[in-house]
Amino acid sequence: MLQGTLDLLILRTLIFGAQHGQGIARAIQQTSDEELLVEHGALYPALQRLEERRWISAKWGTSTNNRKARFYTLTSAGRKQLVKETSKWNRLAAAIGRVLESEEG
Amino acid sequence: MFRRTRKASDFGAEIEAHLAMEADRLKEQGLSDEDARTRARVAFGNVTRVQERFYEASRWPGWDHFWQDVRYAARMLRKSPGFTTVAVLTIALGIGATTAIFSLVDATLLHPLPYPHPEELVRIEDALPGAGVTDAGISIPEFKDLQRSGIFQYVVLEIFGSANLTGASQPSRMQYEGVSPPYFAMLGVKPELGQTFDPQDQTPGFTLDVVISDGLWKRAFGSDPHIVGRSLRADDDLYRVIGVMPPGFRDPGRTVGERNTEQWAALGFSDDPAQAPNRSLRLPLETVGRLKPGLTVAAAQSQLDALVASLREQFPDDYPADSKWTVRLVPLKENVVGNVRQSLILLLGAVALVLVIGCVNVANLLLARASARSREMAVRQALGAARQRLVRQLLTESLLLSLLGGVAGLVILFCMKGFLLRLIPESLPRLNDLSINWAVMLLALAASIAAGVIFGLAPARQAGRLNLANTLRVEGRGSKGSTEQTRTRRVLVVTEFALSLVLMVAAGLLLRSFWDLYKAPLGFNPQHVMSVQLWLPSPNDPHTDIYGTAAQEAVFARELLRRSRLLPGVQEAALGAEPSIPLHHDGNRSALIVEGRQTQSKQTPLVERSQVTPEYFHLLEIPVLRGRLFNDGDDENAPLVAVINRAMAETYWRGEDPLGKRLRLGAGRAGVGQRASKTWITIVGVIADARTESLANASVPQIYLSLYQETPKELAIFLRGDLNASAMPEEVRAMVQSVDPELPVYGAQTLNDAVTSSLEQRRFSMEIVGMFALTALLLAGMGIYGVISYIVSERTHEIGIRVALGAQSRNILGMVVREGLELAFAGAAVGLVGALIVSQLMAGLLYGVRPTDPATFAGVALLLIAVALLACYIPARRAIRVDPLVALRYE
Repeated sequence: MLQGTLDLLILRTLIFGAQHGQGIARAIQQTSDEELLVEHGALYPALQRLEERRWISAKWGTSTNNRKARFYTLTSAGRKQLVKETSKWNRLAAAIGRVLESEEG
Repeated sequence: MFRRTRKASDFGAEIEAHLAMEADRLKEQGLSDEDARTRARVAFGNVTRVQERFYEASRWPGWDHFWQDVRYAARMLRKSPGFTTVAVLTIALGIGATTAIFSLVDATLLHPLPYPHPEELVRIEDALPGAGVTDAGISIPEFKDLQRSGIFQYVVLEIFGSANLTGASQPSRMQYEGVSPPYFAMLGVKPELGQTFDPQDQTPGFTLDVVISDGLWKRAFGSDPHIVGRSLRADDDLYRVIGVMPPGFRDPGRTVGERNTEQWAALGFSDDPAQAPNRSLRLPLETVGRLKPGLTVAAAQSQLDALVASLREQFPDDYPADSKWTVRLVPLKENVVGNVRQSLILLLGAVALVLVIGCVNVANLLLARASARSREMAVRQALGAARQRLVRQLLTESLLLSLLGGVAGLVILFCMKGFLLRLIPESLPRLNDLSINWAVMLLALAASIAAGVIFGLAPARQAGRLNLANTLRVEGRGSKGSTEQTRTRRVLVVTEFALSLVLMVAAGLLLRSFWDLYKAPLGFNPQHVMSVQLWLPSPNDPHTDIYGTAAQEAVFARELLRRSRLLPGVQEAALGAEPSIPLHHDGNRSALIVEGRQTQSKQTPLVERSQVTPEYFHLLEIPVLRGRLFNDGDDENAPLVAVINRAMAETYWRGEDPLGKRLRLGAGRAGVGQRASKTWITIVGVIADARTESLANASVPQIYLSLYQETPKELAIFLRGDLNASAMPEEVRAMVQSVDPELPVYGAQTLNDAVTSSLEQRRFSMEIVGMFALTALLLAGMGIYGVISYIVSERTHEIGIRVALGAQSRNILGMVVREGLELAFAGAAVGLVGALIVSQLMAGLLYGVRPTDPATFAGVALLLIAVALLACYIPARRAIRVDPLVALRYE
């Protein structure tokens, strides 16, 4: 997985509300139709990094099946970052797409 | 950087929660409990790795490694206390001594004048090279010419003297200075209390306003805050105190006495007590000026030369061509640094050498340790330690070492500050109070760290290049790296020896100079002699002067002598003017006019002169060579007679008989020498030269007058006998004050002390350089010991084989000692060249010994080689005891 894409995916997932690590992992896997297989362990250092940058905040809470879990929420700084990263990603994807097309042609 | 808001356990709990939830989800999909948990773990990946990443990310990893290195380094240093102690002490010595000496140099050489814009201050010296006079004094019209020249902001005349301060609990003597009114404005120093003189004041004589020093204010006036406006009685004249100077203020004078001035009086120098202005009447005054801003000394000098040339044309009678009148500008800081620059630079050089030798020694120790630890390094590398990490750790070790040394040096310096300050002779000129220079200290610390890095790097680099297989196989001995190391270490030891030799030659030459001077025949006998000073007031109004005429003072002098002989233990007593005290540095020079030669030139040389009673020469055991000494008949009513020393006879009457020749002396200090300047004086005797003016110079021309004929105001009582040095000053004081209770008695000393203290400055340089040289010798000895020990341990195997093959212990001993001697000889050879250069540079500091003195050079080289031999002998003994069986089985 590309450097930085995991951060983007996490932020994107959290836009729908607070979620814990396992939930985020699940969501990424499901929304990408199992295309992006994230090693769950890689998620946590990334979450930690985002938290230190204050793009997300965390709070211990209780999960739907009554387990203690750490819930992450998007902060307003995180929201801005998501917008920025998304457009950057789109531009990058488009650029890569153009390069690949021209090579085909 | 160290923000760590989250604990690792919290992170661990989150991971646990994740695994539990994932397992829950998988179980919902129908997996068994065990399968679900396994699958969850597999999906998660390496839990430990994730935890490590959390750990690393949440801190600065370098910091952890750094602390780990520091702790490890500290442990290593503790493990070898011998090495650590030696290295730390070496660095401490280097840094402490460098800081101490540099602080001294900073206060004296670098910032000698504590006044604003010190570079503008100059001393103005008149010279008459044609008449052989260097410090010719100045006439008042010349002074006015200087003021009008446009070269100076201010020009100031100064006359130094002392006066009796009366009215306090005990009459005391204080150093005063008569100055032109702009004196304080010129120096740019403001008073602490009150005001100073008006620079525009044009009063021709004394203004009767005085400014006093902080010291006098505290001593005589109990720090009276209302001192301004109070009166002070000096030499029975009433002055008004108008200001008090701040505590650190000192006059930038040339002698200790001048710098200790306690009272300044404004003086116009163009009327009483000075004589009427006259272009050819040179007054023995100091002239100091402040150049116009932006003017360099060189530019000012060329303007001044033009002025002098035009004056010589304008007044040909006053400035005959053959006298070659010139005026020279000397930066005022020369007053302070002129005499000591060479000594201080020598000290600085010596201490720098010690620092370098110290660093070399530490480098040597570090290298030795590095080779001893090459196996450890190899093992650690083999176990996967990164080279970079090893290098960093070794660097940390050497940095820690130099930092410890630096701190230890500063602590020692701080504790010994008082002791070190006391070592510095009082005669060492300085206007600043000495303090430890913190900037220098930081610099020295930085230097030690730099040394640590540089010398830490070499072994660290070698550790990085180790050939693991070889090193591990031969157990750290005989590895390839060690050949290079040994070569480096040999070079270091040779360097140490060379530098030590330079230092020791310097110390040896200083020691010989000191010894020669100490042993030089004085020409007078200082044993069992004391001198005590007193000062007769010379009030500005001659009518109030009870010692005004020679007859009045002669009566007093005879009474003083009579009572002096009655003091306990006194066998002989004599009186003299203050300049007659042997090795008293405030001389009194008068212009000399020889009968029949005055037509040559109107400008005259100056000679040292003083007045003594007839007993003086016998008391000091100075023999008469020709003619006669004074006798009681040479009194105020008899014609003036003089006794000269042999040097004076040689200088002015070479090849002639000086007896019966007549001369006249110019006025010395104001109010003194009136009679001798108007009447011819006949020479009646020639005495042998004695080192009464300077220990280093036995032949200073001197002339003595009879004290009864030419009465001085500043008197010295000389006593010879079985004297109690501690009780005598009080006895003399009581005796003098029984004659006149208003007279201050001071400056009691034994002549032996006077001789000793005039050697003080030389003793100081000699002791310090000697101390450094010994340190250097010790360090060099340690260096060679280390290298030879290392070579022996490295070659244990070889020595074992040799012994097994029948080598005698004599052969082994020779082999090892030869190794050491090679190094010592190489070092000595390089050092001798260096020492020859250095000794030429310090020629000015030597007395009675040539800079190339073969005895010193040979002696020092031999001493150094002896130390090398001794240092090699110990490891050589170890080499002999090598048991071939053990040595061969070792591998």
